[in-house]
Amino acid sequence: MTTLIAIVVLGIMASLFGALLGFASIKYKVEGDPLAEQIDNLLPQTQCGQCGYPGCKPYANAVANGEAINKCAPGGDDTIKKIADLMGVEVQPLDENHDQDNSPKVAFIIEEDCIGCTKCIQACPVDAILGAAKQMHTIIIDECTGCDLCVAPCPVDCIEMRPIVQTTQNWQWDLNTIPVTQLD
Amino acid sequence: MSIIERIKKGHFWKFHGGIHPPEQKFLTNDKPIRTLDLPDELILPLQQHIGQRGELLVKEGDKVLKGQQLTLLSSPMSVPIHAPTSGIIKAIKSSTIAHPSGLSDLCLFITPDNVDKWQERQSCEDFYQKSPQEIINKIANAGIAGMGGAGFPTHIKISSKPSINYLIINAAECEPYITADDLLIREQSTTAIDGIKILDYVLQPEHILIGIEDNKPDAIKALKKATKDIKKITVCVLPTKYPTGGEKQLITALTGLEVPSGQLPINLGIIMQNIATCFAIADAVINDTPLIRRVVTVTGQALAKPQNVWALLGTPVNYLLEQCGYQATKDKNLIMGGPMMGFNLANDQVPIIKTTNCILAPSKQEVSSENNEVDCIRCGQCADVCPSQLLPQELQWSAKAKDHVQLQKLNLFDCIDCGACAYVCPSQIPLVQYYRIAKAEIRQQQMLDVQAEKAKIRFEARKKRLEQEKIAREAKHKKAAEARKASMNKKNEGGSSATSAVAAALARVKAKKASAQAAKNNENSITEQPTQDIDTKSKVAGAISRAKAKKMALNKEAKENNTVVEAKVVNTAKSNKTDKDKDKDNDNDNDKKARIAAAVAKAKQKSAQRASSIEQKPEIQSVVEENTSSRDENKKAKISAAVAKAKEKAKAKKLATAEIKDSQTSADSEINRQEKKKIAIAKAIAKAKAKAKKQQKEETK
Repeated sequence: MTTLIAIVVLGIMASLFGALLGFASIKYKVEGDPLAEQIDNLLPQTQCGQCGYPGCKPYANAVANGEAINKCAPGGDDTIKKIADLMGVEVQPLDENHDQDNSPKVAFIIEEDCIGCTKCIQACPVDAILGAAKQMHTIIIDECTGCDLCVAPCPVDCIEMRPIVQTTQNWQWDLNTIPVTQLD
Repeated sequence: MSIIERIKKGHFWKFHGGIHPPEQKFLTNDKPIRTLDLPDELILPLQQHIGQRGELLVKEGDKVLKGQQLTLLSSPMSVPIHAPTSGIIKAIKSSTIAHPSGLSDLCLFITPDNVDKWQERQSCEDFYQKSPQEIINKIANAGIAGMGGAGFPTHIKISSKPSINYLIINAAECEPYITADDLLIREQSTTAIDGIKILDYVLQPEHILIGIEDNKPDAIKALKKATKDIKKITVCVLPTKYPTGGEKQLITALTGLEVPSGQLPINLGIIMQNIATCFAIADAVINDTPLIRRVVTVTGQALAKPQNVWALLGTPVNYLLEQCGYQATKDKNLIMGGPMMGFNLANDQVPIIKTTNCILAPSKQEVSSENNEVDCIRCGQCADVCPSQLLPQELQWSAKAKDHVQLQKLNLFDCIDCGACAYVCPSQIPLVQYYRIAKAEIRQQQMLDVQAEKAKIRFEARKKRLEQEKIAREAKHKKAAEARKASMNKKNEGGSSATSAVAAALARVKAKKASAQAAKNNENSITEQPTQDIDTKSKVAGAISRAKAKKMALNKEAKENNTVVEAKVVNTAKSNKTDKDKDKDNDNDNDKKARIAAAVAKAKQKSAQRASSIEQKPEIQSVVEENTSSRDENKKAKISAAVAKAKEKAKAKKLATAEIKDSQTSADSEINRQEKKKIAIAKAIAKAKAKAKKQQKEETK
């Protein structure tokens, strides 16, 4: 008799908790992958595709699913370190297949040479190129992420990547530079 | 005891920390402000303040007058610049500016003409006549930015006003070398107080406090003397301590209030202005003099005669140093600003700007530029002296580790860069430099984050757009494919059904039958061929006659062209001539009649052969018309045509009565045609003859 009561009581409790868990899983369901979201926030959002994925979000998803964390060239070591901290894995050096130079650049169209083919416009992941067919194109520097994707499609090689001009606004103090000396 | 009561009694508050660096004011505070000769060249950076630079109003080669506005107040955070003297704009180009980076920015180069001619000025003795807004506009257009060092646009600061409790005038001047404000107060206290009065009028504060350190007794005396009639203004003498002149520190010292982290003094109802700014405001509002000069302390033990000078904005630093007897050492170490908060200059070509209060040329013993940093010994002196009550050594470690999150947790942005921590550090760690680097890095990172966020949004938007376009394209293709399919089906339906095939076959059979019949008809029509031949013959004849007529007409025209001039000359004799022509025509008539008769006979023969010549008629008619029309072209032709018509009528009558009563109507008309042609020919001949006659006449004449 006691055994029976125990079974019945435990059965009722089990079904209760089951129902509760089922309700909670529906009510508090998390849309998307929270880890991928966090990784995406760490990535530099250049959308350059150097990691082999079409944009930062897909790479973030891939990293969340076990892809190597050292494939983001524009982010460089800083980004790798941040992702490693987040994922709780070892910091790796940047993938050797990538350019080591990740200094910030912007695309520049040599406007005299532009033939207005619109190929770069189609390649730009952030719509930072302005122009129309048979009209000269130009880069909106403020929107350009320096992803390099517009350079290859240009049939007349009129796009080049230029380092961002240093102004007093983006200048960085640097104690390790050679001290300023005067030339007379 | 209320705040103001305490102040009246001379009891002030203390802010945390602070240091007492060795006073070096004696180098310059015993000499009056010197006015310098004009330098050979003035270099005016377009941006000399915090904010945006104004739009250029002048171009290279322009002649400018002293005080002329050179850039436009184009956005609220911009401040215009003015020509410090009259001269010519030599160049507008990039040049090294007064900034720790030694970077270049756009500068105007003015070559003075040594006339120093002012633009027209309207002085305003009674500024109470103007509205506060007018005064603010005046200040904005005079290009005044905070002259204490930060360079915040003054018109922005004073146009945002809820109810102001305290207007604090900063005359503390706590940097150990600088005496610019001290001398300015001593020499120009009336104007400076006028500036305070203007601010009082614009801002309507409850109290005005002038904060000044007790190491400037002469200045305090001058201020007290100048303000003794004004109840609202209190001169507050504070003990000397660095950095009393810091905005937040001075507020705490005077009122006991602390500006919360991340907030501005205006949130507490406090506005602070530098005393030099007050002087500039008075100069601008009362004397209509824009900000074109300022007092600069040129000091340091490397100078033979350090002194305060009235420097025009844009004066190169090397000119100032030269004037003050600079003995150049091997490794030049020039500091703009004070020794505590200033920065090393990249070269001595940089110009004086609105925020430059001091040029320091120290000897090697005074300020060593060597870096002898050793490890932190955790003495904690830096925390003791920090006026912002931060934890400098914690900050230092985080700054070295580039731990931006931790730095912000430690309130790095409350650091005022005063350098007290670095000054007291026994390990000679340049703490404040680390903070500056960290601040710049964090700002940069924040900027990048904003950009990344923007790029992400744009990328997502683009992806969405492309997807939508793809869907739209697919839908369009689908629709087009369906339409194609539908039209194909229609065609197929028509072709595939058996009945239609039968119908088509029947149609084909019918077509064959019809063609066979047509062939038969052709055989029948062969009999009719002679008549057709005749038709062609008559056509040929018609063509020939037409060609002839044309030829005639051409000949006639050519002749006419030749004789146009003559015709004009003999215009008067025209009537006579025409009469003669008529006579001649009558003579010729008889011959012609015979010929015509023959032709008519021929025509009759032909017409008999013809089954129908209806088609020909219009052609010949048109020929005649052509002839007539070509004749119409000049008067003579017209006259002759009229004559010809008259003749024609007569002939037609004759012919009709005498010869062809019984002929068919078609033949009749044909005759008429023929006749007409003949007549035309005759006419042409007659004309030619007439011309010949005319010519003869001319010759005889």
